[in-house]
Amino acid sequence: MFNFSKVTKSQVWESVFRHPYEDTNRNRMLQILDNVFLHLHPTKIPRYATDVGFTWGMGGITFLLFLVLTVTGVLLMFYYRPTAEFAYDDMNYLQHDVPFGLFMRNMHRWAAHLMVITVWLHMFRVFMTGSYKPPREFNWGIGVILLTLTLLLSFTGYLLPWDQLAIWAVTVGTNMARATPILGHEGPLGPELGMRADNDVRFALLGGTVVGPAALMRFYVLHVIFLPIAISVFIAVHFWRVRKDGGISGPRPSDKKK
Amino acid sequence: MEHFLEQVKKPDNIPIVGLIFLIIFYTVWAFKQAFANDKSEVTREMANSEKVQTWPNLVKVEFVAAIVVMLLLTVWSIAIDAPLEEPANPSKTPNPSKAPWYFLGLQELLVYFDPWIAGVVLPSIIIIGLMAIPYIDFNEKGNGYYTYKERKLAIWTFCFGFLVLWITLIISGTFLRGPGWNWFAPWNEWDTHKVVALTNVDLSELFRIRDYTTASIFGGIVTLGYFGIGTVLPLKWFGKKQPELLKTMGMVRYFTISSLYLMMFGVVIKIILRVTLNIKYIWVTPWFNI
Ligand code: HEM
Repeated sequence: MFNFSKVTKSQVWESVFRHPYEDTNRNRMLQILDNVFLHLHPTKIPRYATDVGFTWGMGGITFLLFLVLTVTGVLLMFYYRPTAEFAYDDMNYLQHDVPFGLFMRNMHRWAAHLMVITVWLHMFRVFMTGSYKPPREFNWGIGVILLTLTLLLSFTGYLLPWDQLAIWAVTVGTNMARATPILGHEGPLGPELGMRADNDVRFALLGGTVVGPAALMRFYVLHVIFLPIAISVFIAVHFWRVRKDGGISGPRPSDKKK
Repeated sequence: MEHFLEQVKKPDNIPIVGLIFLIIFYTVWAFKQAFANDKSEVTREMANSEKVQTWPNLVKVEFVAAIVVMLLLTVWSIAIDAPLEEPANPSKTPNPSKAPWYFLGLQELLVYFDPWIAGVVLPSIIIIGLMAIPYIDFNEKGNGYYTYKERKLAIWTFCFGFLVLWITLIISGTFLRGPGWNWFAPWNEWDTHKVVALTNVDLSELFRIRDYTTASIFGGIVTLGYFGIGTVLPLKWFGKKQPELLKTMGMVRYFTISSLYLMMFGVVIKIILRVTLNIKYIWVTPWFNI
């Protein structure tokens, strides 16, 4: 018979797992403390915080979807060139010739749509449990920034397939920027201040007067570098604040009804 | 009917069909817990507030949730392909041209407002207004548990803004808008040649004001009057009936709250005016129209 404890007592094993695995409260705590990822959590939490009915797990699911998007997104980047010349053909190649290419693309798209939904539901839950109230006001604000960044990520990604759906959806969306007060050439006070189609805020966004190759490059860079880094930073702050604000919100002893 | 079904079955619109069910499910769940808490002596959260070990109590829930989500995503990604239409062609405008579904609430508002309001001002106000919520809601009760009774007004306001305005406008923009951004009931065919008679009038014309300058002044009085009276009257009422409440609230809070409410209801009023009386603008000026 193979003696498993030979393995678990070996130098290699002990260097990886820094504590024994007997089912003791001490080991359960170390399981959280000794792991950089699980260490996001406190070692002990109130029972209601483990209740799916309370948080719906929505914040966590949103984060999981962000991770899925990062992994599938990197795989898509291997095959995709953000130029008007190649982008569409690369999509076709990806879908028809790359093993699991279509599957990766599908998963990236559906996870993105789903993330928009779960962010909304997470916000809805936080509102319904009144969890934005002191001391969590600031973290709610961070959340609103995360919501905005999630929508911007979705929107910039929408252009990249460079098909009819992509450019017209983005055209409709960015046309609004023309009408920005003061900064847009069709917005209130814009023309009076010298805004033209080729120098206003929409021009800066698109790098041109129409959704063309320059816009594709800008949206690509925003989509794969700037926005993911920005959202990662804000997610880090968000999680940090959840801990610093005293963990998941819950009733205080003084909330007891008399 | 056929065009409606076509919209429902579009791969990119499937999330919204899902969203409708998810929103209903979670709204019911949230309110169920709120009512149950309101009825009982101790809230469910309070009854469950003893500390437990994170490992395994929380980690196992996260693990199962992650597997369920990944399974769903895998099945979804195998069953339904992401759309890839014809190559981008700047000279071939599709009719209707639609923004991605999560922005269709704003695109829908373009029917009722000029782009600078629907596309720039309102989104900014929504973001700022959301961020302001924790600072303007000074009700200390209902922090960290589901309740309806202890924060009725806050819950009504949020549910109205989120469920009624945001979600309903998205659904309308996605499923019921066809060529020319005309409104089609689910059982109607999408008629590309549908022309809706443009009988839209400005509010001033309804009052038989023909002269532009007079109309402009009139519109200014109506619009600013709406905000002015809407701010002052409740303030007077609070001062008389609820002076204590007004004192806790403070003036900065009061003005922020009242402007946000007035803008939210302003959007609703404008939609109603357009739908019932075909009002195009309430206030026309040489620089902007509202
Ligand atoms: C990328 C988007 C986001 C991610 C990944 C995220 C993640 C999380 C996670 C994992 C939690 C722990 C509790 C839970 O799962 O419910 C949490 C809590 C929280 N989130 Fe988010 N969130 C996001 C967006 C938002 C948004 C849009 C808001 C609000 C506008 C928000 C406000 C909060 C607040 C106030 C808490 C503390 C809740 C409590 O203590 O009960 N978050 N978030």
